Amino acid sequence: MSDEKEKSYLFDRPENVERLLKGFYAICILLVLADFVLHRHIGFGWEEIPAFYAIYGFAACVVLVVIAKKMRNVVMRKEDYYDE
Amino acid sequence: MSELSPFVLYFVTALLVGFTRGLPRQVILLAAPVVTGLHLWLNVEIGSTITHAIMSYELIILRVDKLSLLFGYLFCIASFIASIFSLHVKDTKQHIAGVVYAGSALGAVFAGDLITLFVFWELLAISSVFLIWARGTERALKAGMRYLVFQVLSGVLLLAGALVYYHNTGSLAFDHIGLEAGVAGWLIFIAFGIKSAFPFLHSWLTDGYPEATVTGTVFLSAFTTKVAVYALARGFAGEEILVYIGVSMACFPIFYAVIENDLRKVLAYSLINQVGFMVTGIGIGTALALNGAIAHAFSDVIFKGLLFMSMGAVLYRAGNINGSDLGGLYKSMPKTTVLCIIGALSISAFPLFSGFVSKSMVMTALMHGDYGYLWLLMLFASAGVFHHAGIKIPYFAFFAHDSGIRTEEAPNNMLIAMTIAAVLCIFIGTQPQYLYALLPWEVEYWPYDLTHVLAQLQLLFFSALAFVWLNKKGLYPPELPSVNLDMEWFYRKLLPVGAQQTVNFLHCAKKSTLTTIMAPMQGIQTKLAQSSVAKYYLSESWPTGSMVFWISAILAAFMLLDIFGLGH
Repeated sequence: MSDEKEKSYLFDRPENVERLLKGFYAICILLVLADFVLHRHIGFGWEEIPAFYAIYGFAACVVLVVIAKKMRNVVMRKEDYYDE
Repeated sequence: MSELSPFVLYFVTALLVGFTRGLPRQVILLAAPVVTGLHLWLNVEIGSTITHAIMSYELIILRVDKLSLLFGYLFCIASFIASIFSLHVKDTKQHIAGVVYAGSALGAVFAGDLITLFVFWELLAISSVFLIWARGTERALKAGMRYLVFQVLSGVLLLAGALVYYHNTGSLAFDHIGLEAGVAGWLIFIAFGIKSAFPFLHSWLTDGYPEATVTGTVFLSAFTTKVAVYALARGFAGEEILVYIGVSMACFPIFYAVIENDLRKVLAYSLINQVGFMVTGIGIGTALALNGAIAHAFSDVIFKGLLFMSMGAVLYRAGNINGSDLGGLYKSMPKTTVLCIIGALSISAFPLFSGFVSKSMVMTALMHGDYGYLWLLMLFASAGVFHHAGIKIPYFAFFAHDSGIRTEEAPNNMLIAMTIAAVLCIFIGTQPQYLYALLPWEVEYWPYDLTHVLAQLQLLFFSALAFVWLNKKGLYPPELPSVNLDMEWFYRKLLPVGAQQTVNFLHCAKKSTLTTIMAPMQGIQTKLAQSSVAKYYLSESWPTGSMVFWISAILAAFMLLDIFGLGH
């Protein structure tokens, strides 16, 4: 299947990845700025924290990944663990 | 014409599928859900019932209200999409299993009494296991067996509960049951709980679904858990305990999903996570929450189906579904990639996609119910969904490092099935009024306001930012060929090993007891042989004849005792 000179794909070029990420960061910044301009309804007290959802989303995922990584020490076994 | 229960059409189809091959069979497979769907849409009216007398009892095999009708439509759509996806399959038993399975799901949601529900409940179990066994591997065979044990257990509990319920109330009608119904309530609750994959009872799902065939998993993901969600919504709406169960269902699987290597197993965990949102909604029990739970079941069947289809297509083409071995597939499967991303955006509840319009109802209901900390946990779960299902699935399959796998785009029938699902995801997401109109409870709700959209976008984009950051820092756990211990460890490892060790222990105990007893015995025997009594015949050997003699003697003694009345 593999040709000698395989076609270069979209994300084979690092500058495309770079471009995508820059656009992504820009949206993140705009979303935080929007929090200061636009008014959200407040249901719970903690929603009043500026950019609450942004902070929470970021922190939640970092916590998730850190705990999940620690979990590997306890629960991870070899692929054929049950076949032995 | 309304005197026809929809499952009948499916069971007739299953029969026809058994006798046809090739194009006629494909036409029949596609016609069944279309005809049934039209029948439900045009002929079946809310309030109509069909009863069937068996012995002295009247079974309600069709009971139509908005709740059952919505699930009826949903199951027709789901089986239509799954049938297209599996159109290339030649294996007759898989087709029959799929059709009977979908038909049983229809039968279960229209069942008006607990006995009819039980019958379809068990049919769901028995038909679906063939979709796992059809994989043909040793692993699938064993996993299917374990799956079946759970499913049948659920059925037995349901039947036991139904009988106790009948004994207590004199009724078998399947309406609100509630835990206040005592033992009967709990038995039925646990039966429903097994099928909806409550924590600690969930491992049949994560164990069985990834072992099923490429097309089988698509069927499996649609019906069993959603029938259970329907049953909970009908029987146990507003039970406070469901809120806590639902929140834990939404939270714990995401940790497993992050470190799981088999991408279809990642989806199985995220299936539990999504059912957690539904169960929470049912537990809150307000009109908004219940509508949210039902609406989310509707969107989930379609986007989860789409995700399972895209991973099925990858497995079909690449022959592998482990994150550690995949990557770079967007080069050879660009259409599947795009369709998978639509599914990923829908499950992550991106605005304009189906998950957003249904999940936000449950979140809003939590807020109205003033469940502050639970709401925070559900927000955590929402971020987590995006992390593992929204990003991890497409990223590790289609992007990440280039695995060097070059294959073909998914077959056309798979692409068509995925496209229909993707279009539905966007349609529901952008035009939610049509789905809302079908919902059983009357409530005014509109998801698109500034607060919701902004909050959700912030949550999702910054979850993605966390992923990018962790990846760049090299902190993201790499995909590793491994298994992670979960509840199934108890019966796949602890129980067999425990049983083995018990057997070994008993064996050793027996041996050592025998030696301790035999040694002195032997000593006595040798001593006896050397002693002066050895000349007596009986002490030397134990022929059968002498045994018979002594038994006769003992019996004779007993008889004499009895005759003279001494034994009394």
